[in-house]
Amino acid sequence: MSFLADNFPLLRDAFLTTLSLAVLSGLVALVLGTVLAAMRVSPIAALRGLATFYVETFRNTPLTVVFFFLAFGIVYIDLQFPSRFITAVAALSLYTAAFVCEAVRSGINAVPPGQAEAARAIGLDFRQSLSTVVLPQAFRTVVPPLGSVWIALAKNTSIAAGFAVTDLTAVLQRLANANADQLAMVFIAVVAAYLLITLTSAWLIGILERRLAIVR
Amino acid sequence: MSDSRVLFDLPGPRARRRQRLGSLLGALLVLVLIGLALWRLGINGQLEPERWAILFDPATNVPQRLLEALGNTLEVAAVGMVAATALGALLAVGRLSEHAWVRVPVVTVIEFFRAVPLLVLILFCFLFLPQVGVSLSAFGALALGLTLYNMAVLAEIFRAGILSIDRGQSEAAYGLGLRKWQVMTFILVPQAVRRMLPVLIAQLVVLLKDSSLGFIVGYLELLRTSRSLVETLNFSFGPRYTFQLYVAAGLIYIVVNVLLSQLAKFVESRTRRSPRTTGTADAVPTGAASASALGPAISAGPASAVVLSPGRPGEES
Amino acid sequence: MRITRYAAALAAAGVVLAGCSSDAGETADDAADNTAAVATDVEFEPGSTMAEIVEAGELRVGTKIDQPGFGLANTAGDPEGFDVEMAKLIAAKMGLTEDQITFTETVSANREPFLQNDQVDMVAATYTINDARKQVIDFAGPYYVAGQDIMVAAGNPEGIEGPEDLAGKTVCSVEGSTPAETIRSEYPEAELVLYDVYSKCADDLRNGNVTAVTTDNVILTSFVAGDPESFELVGNPFTEEPYGIGVQKGADDFRDFINDVLEESFEDGTWAEAWDRTAGAITDTEAPEPPTVDRY
Repeated sequence: MSFLADNFPLLRDAFLTTLSLAVLSGLVALVLGTVLAAMRVSPIAALRGLATFYVETFRNTPLTVVFFFLAFGIVYIDLQFPSRFITAVAALSLYTAAFVCEAVRSGINAVPPGQAEAARAIGLDFRQSLSTVVLPQAFRTVVPPLGSVWIALAKNTSIAAGFAVTDLTAVLQRLANANADQLAMVFIAVVAAYLLITLTSAWLIGILERRLAIVR
Repeated sequence: MSDSRVLFDLPGPRARRRQRLGSLLGALLVLVLIGLALWRLGINGQLEPERWAILFDPATNVPQRLLEALGNTLEVAAVGMVAATALGALLAVGRLSEHAWVRVPVVTVIEFFRAVPLLVLILFCFLFLPQVGVSLSAFGALALGLTLYNMAVLAEIFRAGILSIDRGQSEAAYGLGLRKWQVMTFILVPQAVRRMLPVLIAQLVVLLKDSSLGFIVGYLELLRTSRSLVETLNFSFGPRYTFQLYVAAGLIYIVVNVLLSQLAKFVESRTRRSPRTTGTADAVPTGAASASALGPAISAGPASAVVLSPGRPGEES
Repeated sequence: MRITRYAAALAAAGVVLAGCSSDAGETADDAADNTAAVATDVEFEPGSTMAEIVEAGELRVGTKIDQPGFGLANTAGDPEGFDVEMAKLIAAKMGLTEDQITFTETVSANREPFLQNDQVDMVAATYTINDARKQVIDFAGPYYVAGQDIMVAAGNPEGIEGPEDLAGKTVCSVEGSTPAETIRSEYPEAELVLYDVYSKCADDLRNGNVTAVTTDNVILTSFVAGDPESFELVGNPFTEEPYGIGVQKGADDFRDFINDVLEESFEDGTWAEAWDRTAGAITDTEAPEPPTVDRY
């Protein structure tokens, strides 16, 4: 137990790094993903095509490859991120946005057509009916899939460990290497920290889901 | 609302002109961005054909290495998939058990493995298991990690599948005097598996992508191999071929995964039409609406989210 | 012999690809016609570690595959370098051919677990002997003494002369390595950026993301030799890093055996030859005076 006490500051910092990585990327991905979803249902073919291309590309590429590109690939087009943390946030949000887009789109598709028809009938245009009628409803049905996208994102932050971000997984490796006799303890501590994020999220999402459930 | 055309009028001549302008501008913007990227690449000499030739010239050993690595990736993904499917089906049945002493541990296992990062699971298999006498190679640790994680995801997919089968099926089977395990093994699971086939293939894409985490244990799959080639060639030639090798790895993943996704779509359209699967409720729950229509039994908690995103489980990694 | 094929492949690569560093070609060619003779009349006491390995017909070696000069995978995927030569030397003395060595990649952060978990029989991976590690594994050697040094961008724009100058600067190293530990404890003012392998550090320095890379001089010289347009060595080693061969804790017979092999190679010149055709060829340096084996 003194082992845990000794390394508490390290674990706490790593936990906060993981959490902020997840929260920041989650916010960026939510915005970007919603824009992409709107593009995918838009009347302009080029936007639809662009969004579809984006989603298909990122859904079919391993996150690690995205990381490699942003960390060591984009320098060849003379771009650089100011820090490795920001690189990680960028990789995680670009990747997750594709999944957010699909979740939101499935939500848009789940809104009964009558709603959109009614919105159109009272004279709202595409932008208005989407932003005032369809999307607010879509976000309600979309809570469960968005929730699981969030949980997946929280877990995916672990890949940043391979790209110079000292998150929980990086600390797991450091401690495991330095304290081979305490391996079980190291794993318990780090897994518990991850569970704290993922299980709490799952629980909150469950509550939110029941609150927002639309009675039809 | 699968037809999003409800959202806007059929465009008239003026709107059509506006849209065409919009499309043009959008396309132009994309082209400009691509052009900019290519221009920078060109300035940095990244487009020289000689740099790309390395990917196709057998004398450099690079194509062979990449092919071999793709083989390694597919191998570990295949092993993981088969094991995860079998265990996932078992866990799904266990979770639907009426006995709490079966259900509770199964639920715990499923929830645990879904809540822990795959990377940590792989490290656990690689670093910790040997300490308790289970020695695993890099391949073994990666395959086991992938199996543990995906079996939990697949268990939830199967459960949704089993629950989506019309109650009449099991009632009829019980009526014939079949026992519970018989109903499960002969009536429900086979139908659920067939119905979930597209989702299963989609999950294979996820698994294939996840195999790239093998870098952490030094398994030479596609990505680690490209990286290793980068390191080797960097040493002899400087960063001459770095960009090309990353692009190659990325493209191979995309091509293989898009092919798999197309297969999933094809299988989905086949199963839709097949009279053997359409006899029961709606086809695979592909949208949030159809899934939540399955009733409170599966929308109790975030677990249900697994089947909600279209065509592919929401559980990406 | 497998090496020949790779040498051929590399030579072919050199013809096809412009700008091939001739050193790399020579390295492979030299390696092709110069390998340790496999002992034929070896007999080990039944039950000893060596007897078990010979029985298994396989020597499992953990090495690095991203460190030029010590352990770098060639385009065929097989590691080459001074560490690899040491492993071949030891295998040969056990009567095992090169084909009977299985190389596994060990990154800095998992070398001890590899040995503790019996995933490898020995680790030759620029592995510094120190007391913390001795608690969980044992070391044969040292077979080389390196020193921690600093690599900066060519021209040394920040004017870094030693570790003191790193205060407030970003310096890259590898998680779980001794150099990282040294910086963390002795020079806490420096801002550490930690990857899992040094090659990523080199990429970061080349791209201007970090000010410096710090690790053992031999590793750094090889990076500099590979890309002198981008890198420069400060050349002011500030620690002593004796490289040992890691064996499993308590495998004293194996440790003694390896020490014998090393001492023999120091004397008969095979050690210096191995240096000349690997790290020495790359950095263009003479083999140093061999270190004294520490039979603790």
